[in-house]
Amino acid sequence: MQRIGVFVCHCGTNIAATVDVKAVAEAMKNEPGVVFSVDYQYMCSEAGQNLIQDTIKEQKLTGVVVCSCSPRMHEATFRKAAAKAGINSYMVEIANIREQCSWIHKDIMTATEKAIILARTAVAKVQLNAPLTPGESPVTKRALVIGGGIAGIQTALDIAEAGFDVDIVEKQPTIGGKMTQIDKTFPTLDCAACILTPKMVDCAQNEKIHIYAYSEVESVSGFVGNFTVKIKKKARYVDTTKCTGCGICTEKCPKKSVPNEFNLGMDNRRAIYIPFAQAVPKVATIDADNCNMLKNGKCGVCAKVCTAGAIDYKQQDEIIEEQYGAIVAATGYNPISLEKYDEFAYSQSKDVVTSLEFERLTNAAGPTSGQLLRPSDGKHPHTIVFVQCVGSRDTSGCGKEYCSKICCMYTAKHAMLTREKYPDTDVYVFYIDVRTPGKLFDEFYRRAVEQYGVHYIKGMVGKVAPRADGKLLVQASDLIANEQLHIEADMVVLAAAIEPDKSARSIATMLTASMDTNDFFTEAHPKLRPVESPTAGVFLSGVCQGPKDIPETVSQASAAAAKVIGLLSKDKLTCNPCVAHSDELMCNGCSACEKVCPYGAITYSDKEFRQPDRTVAIRRVASVNEAVCQGCGACTVACPSGAMDLKGFSNKQIMAEVDAICK
Amino acid sequence: MQEQTVKRALELLADGTVNRVLGWKTGEFAYDTTPAVFTSAEEVEKSFIYNDFCGPNLSKYLIKESRKEGKILVFLKPCDTYSFNQLCKEHRLIRENIYVIGVPCTGKVSAEKIKSSGIKGITGMESDGENVTVHTLYGDSTVKKSDAMGAKCSTCKSKKHVAFDELIGEDGEVNNDNARFEMVEKLEAMSADERYEFWRGELSKCIRCNACRNVCPACSCENCVFDNPESGIQQRAAVNSFEENMFHLIRAFHVAGRCTDCGECSRVCPQNIPLHLLNRKYIKDINEFYGDYQAGADLDTRPPLNAYTFDDCEPSIVYKKGGNE
Amino acid sequence: MQVNENNFRPKIVAFCCNWCSYAGADLAGTNRLNYPADVKIIRVPCSCRVNPMFILRAFQRGADGVIMCGCHPGDCHYTSGNYFARRRMTLLFSMLDYMGIERERTRVEWVSAAEGAKFAATMNEFVETVTALGENKRLEDLRCKSKQ
Repeated sequence: MQRIGVFVCHCGTNIAATVDVKAVAEAMKNEPGVVFSVDYQYMCSEAGQNLIQDTIKEQKLTGVVVCSCSPRMHEATFRKAAAKAGINSYMVEIANIREQCSWIHKDIMTATEKAIILARTAVAKVQLNAPLTPGESPVTKRALVIGGGIAGIQTALDIAEAGFDVDIVEKQPTIGGKMTQIDKTFPTLDCAACILTPKMVDCAQNEKIHIYAYSEVESVSGFVGNFTVKIKKKARYVDTTKCTGCGICTEKCPKKSVPNEFNLGMDNRRAIYIPFAQAVPKVATIDADNCNMLKNGKCGVCAKVCTAGAIDYKQQDEIIEEQYGAIVAATGYNPISLEKYDEFAYSQSKDVVTSLEFERLTNAAGPTSGQLLRPSDGKHPHTIVFVQCVGSRDTSGCGKEYCSKICCMYTAKHAMLTREKYPDTDVYVFYIDVRTPGKLFDEFYRRAVEQYGVHYIKGMVGKVAPRADGKLLVQASDLIANEQLHIEADMVVLAAAIEPDKSARSIATMLTASMDTNDFFTEAHPKLRPVESPTAGVFLSGVCQGPKDIPETVSQASAAAAKVIGLLSKDKLTCNPCVAHSDELMCNGCSACEKVCPYGAITYSDKEFRQPDRTVAIRRVASVNEAVCQGCGACTVACPSGAMDLKGFSNKQIMAEVDAICK
Repeated sequence: MQEQTVKRALELLADGTVNRVLGWKTGEFAYDTTPAVFTSAEEVEKSFIYNDFCGPNLSKYLIKESRKEGKILVFLKPCDTYSFNQLCKEHRLIRENIYVIGVPCTGKVSAEKIKSSGIKGITGMESDGENVTVHTLYGDSTVKKSDAMGAKCSTCKSKKHVAFDELIGEDGEVNNDNARFEMVEKLEAMSADERYEFWRGELSKCIRCNACRNVCPACSCENCVFDNPESGIQQRAAVNSFEENMFHLIRAFHVAGRCTDCGECSRVCPQNIPLHLLNRKYIKDINEFYGDYQAGADLDTRPPLNAYTFDDCEPSIVYKKGGNE
Repeated sequence: MQVNENNFRPKIVAFCCNWCSYAGADLAGTNRLNYPADVKIIRVPCSCRVNPMFILRAFQRGADGVIMCGCHPGDCHYTSGNYFARRRMTLLFSMLDYMGIERERTRVEWVSAAEGAKFAATMNEFVETVTALGENKRLEDLRCKSKQ
């Protein structure tokens, strides 16, 4: 039998003016288990807390009920006080007689009556409380960053800077991500490569950072502080320890007609290739789908020319297993496929390009060595039309409903750079709205309009029709002048919406991290915990969480790193003790609980049980990982046998509360 | 059918594929069959039967049987295979230890149904697949088989086996006509008062014999919540009337989304309470609210109560639903 | 038992999730928004912790109405809890209706931590509805015929 003490708080007059606190304290004396009941002016004051502690000792209390303000306010205070006096802090329950009683009722009789019921309910619950001890779990002091774009690179560098080991897994042969393909960056117009490649080199040279390029995450198990991750190192058919990156093989390879992904297929590479000059790691990779040697055993040129002897046609995919304390998702984005937007003639004319392709066409390392030339005939374009929001802010169902956020700024950049380099070029930008919030962003856009004379026209392009003479007839509406426009353009540039990388969905599943309907990772809290996923130990960096530009990505990447560092600097994690618990004797092993657990906290194992007839039966039973469980209780209702229960909110406790209210 | 089933049972016993056979044998009366485990060829030859009276669903017995030494042969009717699949899905059976022969079924005769038509003093019954000859103390009478089937079979949901190692006879088709929901619809169309009277009348007949729970293949828990002191609803005489009052409501919810509509609960109820109408209500609601779902039809779909979509209907749909008031 | 219509005060049990609805109820209090004292709140971590058994238990013990409040769909602290709760409650309420229990006695409402006013308004309305229905007798004695 519990020995329960009840403490009724006046909260000055906040409670005492509407609730007859003495009557409540008096009424509680008759409740089963209650050995002490008193009212006091301010329970949360030091004197009030001392009263609780002294009473616990004098009366040998095993449970405490405080009738006061909301538990969201002072539950922690009273729990600490109880713990100081030597009883388990989870033996304390709060009856909320302020927010949910005295403050909402005017009639003293009614409020007092209700306060008594609320107090009685808390007493009924404490009767069934059991001491709970928060578990502890160790922390593996190593972080994994999935994705080696600017987000992943920045996160990794910051974590390494703090002295922790960090691994980057990148599915491409080199780190660097989308930023490597970009020519210049807004609003300062410095060259992307000049600011990114030093960071890539920093990553490669940092002793704390290990880069698994051309690798993918195969599986993730475990929980915050203790993840076990299998990483597949895809076969490059090149020994990365021997390859010097001299590039002779990529010049001698006879297979010349492989579309070059780095330039978005606008020129060709060989079957053995290094994506670009500043690649990190700078080693060659054989594209198995296009290599004659690997396909039919006829060639072997690269092996012959390689002085380092690095070519290894027999190389296999390799799976390695690593332990991590924290995982950062930095899986990035891609422009959407423009198949559904045939009105813009993207698939009909080479001169209709996406903005990313335009970046490559203006980049010195691109297919035209930085000369802006029409892809169809290699001539200088004299009229260029930029179309904004292709697939963004699209409620028709074929695109994305969200704003891709970066297009307004990069289009202003493209328009400005075009006008600067080729002043004889007419540049039109069709937009729904121009959105340029951000430091120096609106100034940048205004420069494009005012200083560079870019024609900004509010309105959408209805159709792009390629003509036989090579011109593109652009039909559009000017919503402000309220007229139809027909422009004979040489090039059309489409600001395609961006979407999360396709690999993000499977990675989210492995991490048991949640995603929104657009496949962006969701945050633990959109405002207050923006770089954490709801799954403990999983953090978000870059566009995988939502569209953002480079400055924003970098700051978020550093924020995620700060959270990771905070986690890794702990030796042990204290867990919430109000977690689910499975009674193995009752568990059927049916997997219902596992299906509703948002955290992947439930696992199954076969265990031996002694039967009444002395035989031993093997049954599949669930167990809850207390370090992962967040205590929502979804499993307790899904469980058909009632084997699953929630500590601190057990079936019996809640039923006792129901009974006490309905008594 | 009898010969083919016995033949295969004997063959599989003889070649060592299995060491036991789970089937049916005659109970107290010829028409009252009971599940039985046969461990030898002699036993099979002597008492194994498969005929129009073999109503019992054998799948639940496999929970215990599949954990024993050696492989067991089981004969499953189409509707039983759904229960079998559902149990496999819930990891309740050790599939490797079971050899399933699917047997065709044209509906099983229910003695209760015949009795309810006014025929008394039954001493025996025979069925030729079309008609049932009923021997009574007062002479023989003939009933069309279609009129002699219980609720379980009169609105059969499927003649297709969804799990088997081999089949005897031709496999049938899933029946999608939703005829099984007719009685549920009828109830839904009543007024709340009428529905209340109906259920109060039916449920007050309950003697809490637990037959429905014990036969139900979805009620496969190691330890039932009604027997578990920690669940808060354990039955304790005269202390707690909660479980007494709510037994069927709670049980129906526990099996919601898992009940394959095998109809065993109503078949075994000694008080003839139409318990399947509770389960069918859940099945009908699930189909209407969340899309068609047949528990046990496969091994991998998520049970509807352990799944969700972002745009599921709100609970207020219950107020909006037509039919009455 | 004869109920005096004028004096009848319903017993209402409200299950509130810790993160949104319980905080919403607190906000109603902070803003001094009145709702009837007939409503008693039970705090649960998440709406998905509410077992249909609890609701049946409340009715059987004499509650006249049971309301469950949780975070708005999409806002669950545990990401998916209220989606499961929504399905469970939809099916349970539909079943209660099917058994002839007045459907207005049960309710689910999504109340965020910012919606103190909505919490108070919901409770006012719910209490009014249940008061109009009168005492809950059906679920208490579903099994046993009244002894007349």
